[in-house]
Amino acid sequence: MTDATLSFEEAMEKYDPVLGFEVHVELNTKTKMFSSAPNVFGDEPNTNVNEVDLGMPGVLPVVNRTAIESSIKIGLALNCTIAENCRFARKNYFYPDTPKNFQTSQYDEPIAYDGYLDVELSDGTVFRVEIERAHMEEDAGKLTHMGGATGRIQGADYSLVDYNRSGVPLVEIVTKPIQGAGSRAPELAKAYVAAVREIVKNLGVSDARMERGNVRCDANVSLRPHGRERFGIRSETKNVNSLRAVEHAVRYEIQRHAAVLDSGEPVIQETRHWHEDTRTTTSGRAKSDADDYRYFPEPDLVPIVASRAWVEELRATLPEPPAARRKRLQSDWGYSDLEFRDVVNAGVMDEIEETIAAGATPTVARKWWMGEIVGRAKNADVDPGQLGVAPATIVELNKMVEDGKINNKMATEVLDGVLAGEGTPAEIVQKRGLAVVSDDGPLLEAIDAALAAQPDVADKIRGGKVQAIGAIVGGVMKATRGQADAGRVRELILEKLGVQV
Amino acid sequence: MAAINRDDVAHLARLAHIEMSAEELDRMAGELAVIVESVKSVSEAAGEDVPATSHPIPLTNVFREDVVGHTFTAEQSLTGAPDAYEGRFKVPAILDED
Repeated sequence: MTDATLSFEEAMEKYDPVLGFEVHVELNTKTKMFSSAPNVFGDEPNTNVNEVDLGMPGVLPVVNRTAIESSIKIGLALNCTIAENCRFARKNYFYPDTPKNFQTSQYDEPIAYDGYLDVELSDGTVFRVEIERAHMEEDAGKLTHMGGATGRIQGADYSLVDYNRSGVPLVEIVTKPIQGAGSRAPELAKAYVAAVREIVKNLGVSDARMERGNVRCDANVSLRPHGRERFGIRSETKNVNSLRAVEHAVRYEIQRHAAVLDSGEPVIQETRHWHEDTRTTTSGRAKSDADDYRYFPEPDLVPIVASRAWVEELRATLPEPPAARRKRLQSDWGYSDLEFRDVVNAGVMDEIEETIAAGATPTVARKWWMGEIVGRAKNADVDPGQLGVAPATIVELNKMVEDGKINNKMATEVLDGVLAGEGTPAEIVQKRGLAVVSDDGPLLEAIDAALAAQPDVADKIRGGKVQAIGAIVGGVMKATRGQADAGRVRELILEKLGVQV
Repeated sequence: MAAINRDDVAHLARLAHIEMSAEELDRMAGELAVIVESVKSVSEAAGEDVPATSHPIPLTNVFREDVVGHTFTAEQSLTGAPDAYEGRFKVPAILDED
């Protein structure tokens, strides 16, 4: 059944969205949260497990020190207070994704709380998202629903369980309600998750690959009429696992809620499932008994005490935050706000930094990446960095142009050759016989021919209309198949016509 | 904590997936109420200055270094599984939850 929706514009006219996110980050520790089994993606099912992960009777979990340190680092990077004391708790539920019938999590004592993250939108607007808490827990096993027509849980005959993921350390980051985003709510949703992913990747505590589930997002959406203080009833869309999907899911839920409210019905507080194929959500389950998790302190684990000395030691190891790094690079490179934003949005900041490190000037690096490579990447439908252009290639190409060996047009041809795997720029120049004609003899011949072909233009230039010279230069470039140095051609034409500029 | 009544016991039984007869519910409600009352007397003995604790021994920060240890083979993992298929545990489909 398809739910009714309002257009996004109409929804925005009538209602004010409030968002909330729970982002789960899988840590990239070598071992699991409470067992020494390896934390590795993609291995044969049920081989990265031991008795602890399988919840055998009588086993005892032991906390992974690195996982605690990674969690504290995430808390610090999110400007949180790190708890002096915290505990693990059991979250009790029956479902085959955990063989223990509980998930070891944190409840009333998270390791980090009361933080914020400044999120930059694509036009440079900075939006502060308040962080409620970041707590530690373990991931669950992976279920595959078999049989039935859809492959979804509805209609499945049975499920297969792989516990390799069971016990992988997770940090769940929970925001406070996010108000005031208005029509930019979908964009903010995407930017927030992107910022969290960037931070954990930058910290080196997670592989942060959304396609592998390293970063997973549950998105809460509610609407209220403009001017009303009290929040509306929210829905929680589970497992929205790409940045694009986060934006689309929030947008869809806003439109769906608006239609429900317009019809005079109350929104049902429920879990929703996101469907990438149709870009819609469907109803999961309403809040029920199943949410009564009967949390209690985990008796098999002792409390965690994060001494201030330990916290400061970890703080000292934090890398430069991504936002600060961007600020520093923009100022170092002397790009305007707009130029820099374009670079960031095109996803080539790291590439430009590497190209500059390889010896290019900031202007040259930007010219090549933004002017040539980004467009080619778009055509190939890949990220610019994936095209495989080495920083040294750009430096080499640019040097050839500066030395007058080839012109800009040839340089782009050489770049295409590099991308086609024909070799290094020097090899391609040689193989394709590319070289700027710098001997004036052939140029003068071509100039004479071009002037003779367009006598009216020649007269104009003689008469002082120097801007008309383009037509003659064009003729010469055509005659020399683009191998002439356009600057030199221009000089020679003016010389020939006796025009001083 | 308020006294445990019959409805509470029925609710807990449902959460714990335990089937209980009407007679059992009545009996258990009475017994649990007594237990809760007994435990409650502990909080009367502990003053304001005694923090709530989940462990009898004041031990903290028991950690393990992040070093890979032993694992099971898939065959070992599945020993004792009521049903298995291609290296994975096979379980009945469970509806209404995800």
